[in-house]
Amino acid sequence: MSFQILVLAALDGIAYGALVFLVAVGMTLVFGVMRILNVAHGSFYALGAYAAASLGIAMAGMGLSPWLAFPMFIVAAAVVGITVGGLMERFLLQRIYGYEETLQLLVTFAVFMMLENVQRLVWGVQPYFYSDPLRQLGNVNVAGITYTAYQTLFLPIVALAVLIGLRWFLRYTLAGSVIVAVTEDREAATAIGINARRVFFLTFVIGVTLASLGGALASPTTSVLPGMGAEMIVLSFAVAATAGLGQIEGAAVAALMIGLGRSTAVFFAPELEVVMPYLIMVLVLLIRPEGLFGKSTARKI
Amino acid sequence: MLMRVIFPAIVLLAALNPLVFPQWDAFLTIVFAKALPVIGIILLLQAGQVSFGHAMFFAIGAYTAGFVGRWMGGGGELVLLLLAALAISVLAGLFVGIFVVRYRYIFFAMLNLAFSMVLFSLLEKFIHITGGSDGLRIARPTLFGQEMSRANYEFGIYYVSLALLALAIFGAWRLMDSPVGHAMKAIKSNETRVEYLGISPRRTLLVVYVVSAALAGVGGALVGVFQGIATPDYAYWTRSGEFVFVAILGGAGQVLGALAGSFSFEFIRVTAAAYLGDTWQLTLGLMLLGIILFAPAGIVGSLVNVGNRWRGRRTREKPSPLGQAREAVR
Repeated sequence: MSFQILVLAALDGIAYGALVFLVAVGMTLVFGVMRILNVAHGSFYALGAYAAASLGIAMAGMGLSPWLAFPMFIVAAAVVGITVGGLMERFLLQRIYGYEETLQLLVTFAVFMMLENVQRLVWGVQPYFYSDPLRQLGNVNVAGITYTAYQTLFLPIVALAVLIGLRWFLRYTLAGSVIVAVTEDREAATAIGINARRVFFLTFVIGVTLASLGGALASPTTSVLPGMGAEMIVLSFAVAATAGLGQIEGAAVAALMIGLGRSTAVFFAPELEVVMPYLIMVLVLLIRPEGLFGKSTARKI
Repeated sequence: MLMRVIFPAIVLLAALNPLVFPQWDAFLTIVFAKALPVIGIILLLQAGQVSFGHAMFFAIGAYTAGFVGRWMGGGGELVLLLLAALAISVLAGLFVGIFVVRYRYIFFAMLNLAFSMVLFSLLEKFIHITGGSDGLRIARPTLFGQEMSRANYEFGIYYVSLALLALAIFGAWRLMDSPVGHAMKAIKSNETRVEYLGISPRRTLLVVYVVSAALAGVGGALVGVFQGIATPDYAYWTRSGEFVFVAILGGAGQVLGALAGSFSFEFIRVTAAAYLGDTWQLTLGLMLLGIILFAPAGIVGSLVNVGNRWRGRRTREKPSPLGQAREAVR
């Protein structure tokens, strides 16, 4: 009995951690390159979820095959990433790269407020349900527990693919190397002819796309409703900070930790469910202020 | 000029206002009470640190008022409720502050946020104690031992809030010009040098952090007893963000910015809700972007700049060479 609960908690935690990872990795990538903590990042998660849910419902209404939902997720995420993310970087963030961190944080907070309002105006306050892809993939049996294949297999595979893909992209492609160069030393990179502005744009669009992909993939597992972005932003920050800001592989480990911590709490101490991620983060930061995988930086005098 | 002439004039006007426009009382009480946490944020901003979690002390103040009122029976006495809120938020500020003053910038901001989210979740989950997301009802307390009708009570709270705000603005103004205040500014420009001078940046920040927590706690208690309810939303991170927003809107360079910002924020919220439907967040967001991009000194700071230029004095603050050098290094 208690073994089964442990399996259930593990499955829950992995599925949840996979989603959080997608959002947090985008945030940590953006922070690593641009040194901006994007408070609006959670809103992109919500936008992705809304876009996927409404597109999915529309597609079901047209009688299209439910299998088309899967490519649709990617399309929805890319559309949100390129339009909203691209516009935000091009017309807003480019103006504030020289500002203090505090003001940069507030600019993204302003965007967050506006996007929250826009969501309410476009989609209203009614929750959306779109669970076709969940049913489409059926159930699997893990150690005597029946669980949806979407959550046990599909979500972790996507998260893993994103992790490996991102690693490969950053290490073995020209565009990725350029991003790494700008992260390491922006001035030196600019001096050898790298266009830092274009790198920032590209990074930001990738980051936003990942967040909205997380939202799109989350839409079948949860009801899409206002406030989901506000919740996700603090969670993905907790993951990014636990891992060490800018650490991509670390974000995967931290997301898994926080996902598992949270799902264990659901079964054993339900009051602590929501507190769990922050407790983990606070504990980690108290012991290692730069995060689990972060490097401490030398102080400049 | 600003603090010696304009500030007393504003306080005087505010004190006379209920005799002329009593219908503004409720609105202004909220403006005054919510300006208190913003003063705390402005103090922390002197050291370049921004807290995205001060709503936690706001909520602590409100819930303390609720619990103490219930414990005293019948709502309790306002003065005692405020004192209790002050004491508990000082303790909480000390507890959280000891941890967070070790961190700077993003980490400072976000650790505060994490602590406030912990509080938010606890308030929401422990339903049998806190009333969950429905919140804790706060019965109307007595005021200086007097049972009051609703109208008199609101009238009384208006003056209590105004007096506390005036006191806080004056005190914060003095604090900013004290050794602690100057140490805060020095932390912003170069923390290592401050250490070399033999001043502990952590202790300095802790002192100011506790002061800011106390201000937020009293503000929360006032809003709580005025609205008759404390909900977990008081501790949610978006409210902390609003405090920072208001500080920047009003102008983080002057304490008076807290009042100007709080007034403008509530005014926009109320009018946008009344005339533009459900778009007050959009309006406020645009406003914040406009302020940061085109008038980063905020309302009060911009007015001061205009005033100085008008008098032919070009005392506008230029970025320090050190700051420019650091920008270049980045």
